[in-house]
Amino acid sequence: MKIETNTHEKNILRLAEEHPELVVLSADLGTSCEVKSFRAKYPDRYFTLGIAEQNMVSWAAGLAREGYRPFIHTFAVFEYRRVLDQVEMSVAYPNLPVVFVGFVPGITTPGGVSHQSINDVAVMRSVPNMAVFDVGDATDIDYILDIAYNYNGPAYIRQLRKDVPRLFPADEPVVFNRARVLSEGDDVVLLSSSICTEEAMRATAVLKERGVSVQHMHVTTLAPFTDPTIVDAIAKAKYGVVTIENHLKTGGLGSATADLMAEHGLGKRLIKVGLDGYAHGASKMYLMEKYGINAMKLVKAVEELTGKELNINNEDLQEVRFVDFLEV
Amino acid sequence: MDKKIYTTEEIQAIADSIRKQILGIALKTGGCYLAQACSSAEIVASLYTNVMNLGPSEGPGEPIPFPGVPGPDNMDYPKGALYNGAPAPDKDRLFVSCCHYASVIYSALSAVGRLCPEWTEKFNVDGWNMEMIGAEHSPGFENTAGSLGQTISIAAGTAWARKARGDSGRNFVMLGDGELQEGQTWECIQAASYYKLDNLIVVIDANGQQVEGKIEDQMNVEPLVDRFKAFGAECVSVDGHNIEEFEKAFETEHKDKPLVVIGRTKGYTGMKPLEKRWPFLHFVRIGKEDREEFQKIYDEM
Repeated sequence: MKIETNTHEKNILRLAEEHPELVVLSADLGTSCEVKSFRAKYPDRYFTLGIAEQNMVSWAAGLAREGYRPFIHTFAVFEYRRVLDQVEMSVAYPNLPVVFVGFVPGITTPGGVSHQSINDVAVMRSVPNMAVFDVGDATDIDYILDIAYNYNGPAYIRQLRKDVPRLFPADEPVVFNRARVLSEGDDVVLLSSSICTEEAMRATAVLKERGVSVQHMHVTTLAPFTDPTIVDAIAKAKYGVVTIENHLKTGGLGSATADLMAEHGLGKRLIKVGLDGYAHGASKMYLMEKYGINAMKLVKAVEELTGKELNINNEDLQEVRFVDFLEV
Repeated sequence: MDKKIYTTEEIQAIADSIRKQILGIALKTGGCYLAQACSSAEIVASLYTNVMNLGPSEGPGEPIPFPGVPGPDNMDYPKGALYNGAPAPDKDRLFVSCCHYASVIYSALSAVGRLCPEWTEKFNVDGWNMEMIGAEHSPGFENTAGSLGQTISIAAGTAWARKARGDSGRNFVMLGDGELQEGQTWECIQAASYYKLDNLIVVIDANGQQVEGKIEDQMNVEPLVDRFKAFGAECVSVDGHNIEEFEKAFETEHKDKPLVVIGRTKGYTGMKPLEKRWPFLHFVRIGKEDREEFQKIYDEM
């Protein structure tokens, strides 16, 4: 599996070149969010607003009102918890095209609970007018900025930085509000997002060997969440649905899927894999293991849905993993 | 067309008409934000006459049904800012942060011919745009300001954009003094100073009152002039009921700095019976027992 480095940096520079009204705002974390070279190249289009996120969000609204296209860069956690009122009243209510690029989402940071955005999807999905995206690989990163730029309103991106695997072909674009089919099948539908897709791919490969037919779909657009291809897949699933996300089980991919199933009258079982509560500071691999956001947990969920003992162990699930995040 | 210069007497007449109009609403409905009208009447009247440079109103001129919540399919609704004139490089803009003052803004718009006098009939009426607390669609409003502390930052972002574009127009933002307790206000002043936004003009109706009483008894914000200067702005404090003094404050030199003009006011100016209720004047109710007294003031206005 190919590991790509600083993919966001390349894309924000490309987009900035295409759109002279694009500006970047940061609250002292630009260098941690791959916009150091943007600042060097476009010093007049880079706002350092100090460690003061509330002012930054409303300031971005003022810029957007005048035709600029602000891309806020800081850690995901600081783009929804501390500034929710500013996000809602300054940006979302007037439907301004401000893009919130949120880095180190969920447990991809060892920074501990203050740095881990574990309910950001839940919160941002509940904000009217807001589009929510969760990227899972370098191809997602390649296309997501353009999708957010072209969205008619504010957008929130859970962005991955530094070393990120390329799981999907670089020439197969992300489609807005459409899941990417990674495996076809009709026993179980498996929906994954963010860093969990890599885990799900590992699980799917082994599950197939054991004769389970898995429809695996990677979800990048979490709001809106009305993808008819997901509805169709779930309608065909014999045993039910499993979701896995780098997020709390409440309000994220799993909850969105539950809503969709209920709205379409798809009375099947759903098993949500994700966090049950706050996490703590440690490496990503350790946290995924500790909180059960991994391939083995998916296997157990599929066993529960199908009622079959699959006899899959950790060795079966081993595969090349990408470099861990160690830096805050 | 040259900008009309109003005499102090004309501006005072507008201020008086604002007080009368809002008192009329209070008498009709039993209560409203009357003290805010009494404290800010001269400030708002001055802004809408000699202080700000606005183009002719582009607003509908009369109340309209609520034009809907903004969204992907509703971005072309009539904006409240149109009443302050079409945006133009040389024109000023007004951001009203103290949006409880909505009726005062509507009244001022009406007094200078930007809104019909019958606006009061639709004020705070279900389904209409003349809401009690203003938002994007409310006449005179650029943005949704009900959550305090945010509008100054929106105005500053706008000021930066306009400065970058070379616009000569200024960006006024009107605040109450209670709102200065919000941390975001100071985040913004530090940033506006850092970015040398001398096209940002902050106007404060410092009436010394907030919902629960006197500001100094809730959370002190003084010394305001020193505080604003320490954060890098230029700041002057004047009598907000003295039109000439207030107007002159905007001539203060503030090269490379935002200018803050503090108008010191009282929420019972021109409304004697309110004095005994001060500082509990956030929302003034006129009950049966007070009605006659206020009606008499209204009739004599």
